[in-house]
Amino acid sequence: MEYKISNRLRTGAIILMVLGVLGVGYGFMDAYSVNEDNITEYLAKEDHHGDEHATESHGEEHNVSAAHSEEGHADEAHGAEAEAEGHKMTHEEHVLHQLHNRPYAALYVAAFFFFMISLGVLAFYAIQYAAQAGWSPVLFRVMEGITSYVLPGGALVLLIAFFADSHIFIWMDENVVAHDAIIQNKSGWLDKTWFMIRGLIFLGGWSAYRHFSRKFSVAQDLADVNDNSNFKKNFRISAAFLVFYIYTESIMSWDWIMSVDPHWFSTLFGWYVFASMFVSGITVIALITIFLKSKGLLPFVNDSHIHDLAKFMFGISIFWTYLWFSQFMLIWYANIPEEVTYFVTRIEGYNLPFFGMVALNFLFPLLLLMNSDYKRIPWFVVMTGVVILFGHYLDIFNMIMPATVGDRWFIGIPEIGSILFFGGLFMLIVFTSLGKYPLLAKGNPFMKESEHFHY
Amino acid sequence: MEASKVIHAIYTDDDVLMSAVKTVKAEKYHIEDVFTPFPVHGLDKAMGLAPTRLAITAFLYGAVGLAVATVMMNYIMIQDWPQDIGGKPSFSFLENMPAFVPIMFELTVFFSAHLMVITFYMRSKIWPFKKAENPDPRTTDDHFLMEIAVHNNEESLTNLLKDTGAVEINIVNKDEDAH
Repeated sequence: MEYKISNRLRTGAIILMVLGVLGVGYGFMDAYSVNEDNITEYLAKEDHHGDEHATESHGEEHNVSAAHSEEGHADEAHGAEAEAEGHKMTHEEHVLHQLHNRPYAALYVAAFFFFMISLGVLAFYAIQYAAQAGWSPVLFRVMEGITSYVLPGGALVLLIAFFADSHIFIWMDENVVAHDAIIQNKSGWLDKTWFMIRGLIFLGGWSAYRHFSRKFSVAQDLADVNDNSNFKKNFRISAAFLVFYIYTESIMSWDWIMSVDPHWFSTLFGWYVFASMFVSGITVIALITIFLKSKGLLPFVNDSHIHDLAKFMFGISIFWTYLWFSQFMLIWYANIPEEVTYFVTRIEGYNLPFFGMVALNFLFPLLLLMNSDYKRIPWFVVMTGVVILFGHYLDIFNMIMPATVGDRWFIGIPEIGSILFFGGLFMLIVFTSLGKYPLLAKGNPFMKESEHFHY
Repeated sequence: MEASKVIHAIYTDDDVLMSAVKTVKAEKYHIEDVFTPFPVHGLDKAMGLAPTRLAITAFLYGAVGLAVATVMMNYIMIQDWPQDIGGKPSFSFLENMPAFVPIMFELTVFFSAHLMVITFYMRSKIWPFKKAENPDPRTTDDHFLMEIAVHNNEESLTNLLKDTGAVEINIVNKDEDAH
């Protein structure tokens, strides 16, 4: 079955991107309309509105700093910043930094979210090949379409990281590092040049796998019936890629996410981010498959395939919760100051998104997809999928925002604009790529088994 | 007790058995039971058996386990004998809840799994040391057996079963209280 991106879809995606650019632009203008000259007025106006948030947060900040004064540092990135300037940084400067960081962070969260969807799908795809799965080959072209976003998406994340600099990664600010013994000890790793080189190596490896696996997959379609050499090549590179992936994904999660809180660390963070990207990726496979099937383009996909995808959505959601809780409980129980600040800031400043995300990512999939029959009802899977995707956007939001904007967070125009922009770009690239080759990878030796798959 | 006649058709391949079941069902005969050495995928649907309700009981048992764990931990650690563990003696269930989550999870699984197995035993009327109701011991090795009740239609049924690829067809008097 051939598919060509429809004009309506392309126009829709471009409109989303344009709206997104406007939103992001507004976000930057709005943030930079407050500067050193009028920050005092800005804060005074805020107080007039009866919003005592700012003063409250300031008090908290001092408590946190006081708690750690023995070690001479505060753990929250901006606590570190305040400390670094020898407590010379005023409240005004601090708020100003948070305001200016917000559009960068909003852009980064959305960029990473859409990128991780395609990277999660790439890992899922490689697992199907390495395991020689018989059920999934009818979905391979959908997966290949989604993974076409790995290279552009990853490049954009790196670009934003490069230009946002210390607006997102506090350790890229030399002044901060100069006064911070802990970051100094990590400076061998947390170095901007080395960070970018690592990023390029990861992205290079992932895109190389994506390039060759797509090439062999297409070549297998055109090959003779008895010639499985392309399939075998794909099997081999998939196994090698999975080894490369699990190391690089883990390191990427320290670099691109965990380092925004440079004092804090968690040893299962790589797994945790992996669970997030895996479940988001599988959800998007299910959503796009249901969309194409509703257009009559995937007649070979039956409801058992949807059922299996929904089982994965259900299972990996629970896996995510398991990791979320494992990370939380150990830190909560041990209550070691430099670790626990991570959750203290989130529970105090981000109560709704932090616990709301657990409800969205755990309770909804658990209850909606528990029943076997519901996993075969497309609108049920779509509904749960939308909830899961929103929940995992919030997950990334909770990872990045507390370290960059403190408690001055809101899902407003900069955030929604960024989602629209990257969502539009994602749709444009993925659906264009879907239209390049037939939607059935007919040369795959497991295709017959996959077409007859039933549960 | 009145003895009822049944026909035992024996097959040696699960694919042949599956198509035989479909043929027999299409001819509107009532299949009493099928004995197989291993689970045959899709056989229940082909035989037209009602879907299992075991999953619903599993959910309910899990909910009971969760409730038991919650009440138990509240009684042990909050009401009866609060202990200071890791500086968390807060006398509040909600504040100490994260520490109880592993127990709540485990008891949910424990109740669900064990009670589900017991339910399955009771529903299938099997228990330890019970004598097997298996009509032919070869069905525990490499043969498949389809049992169909006979109501004065031995001949047509035998012919039909022969056509479906049965390797052996026996007509037996099934004594209801033999076991």
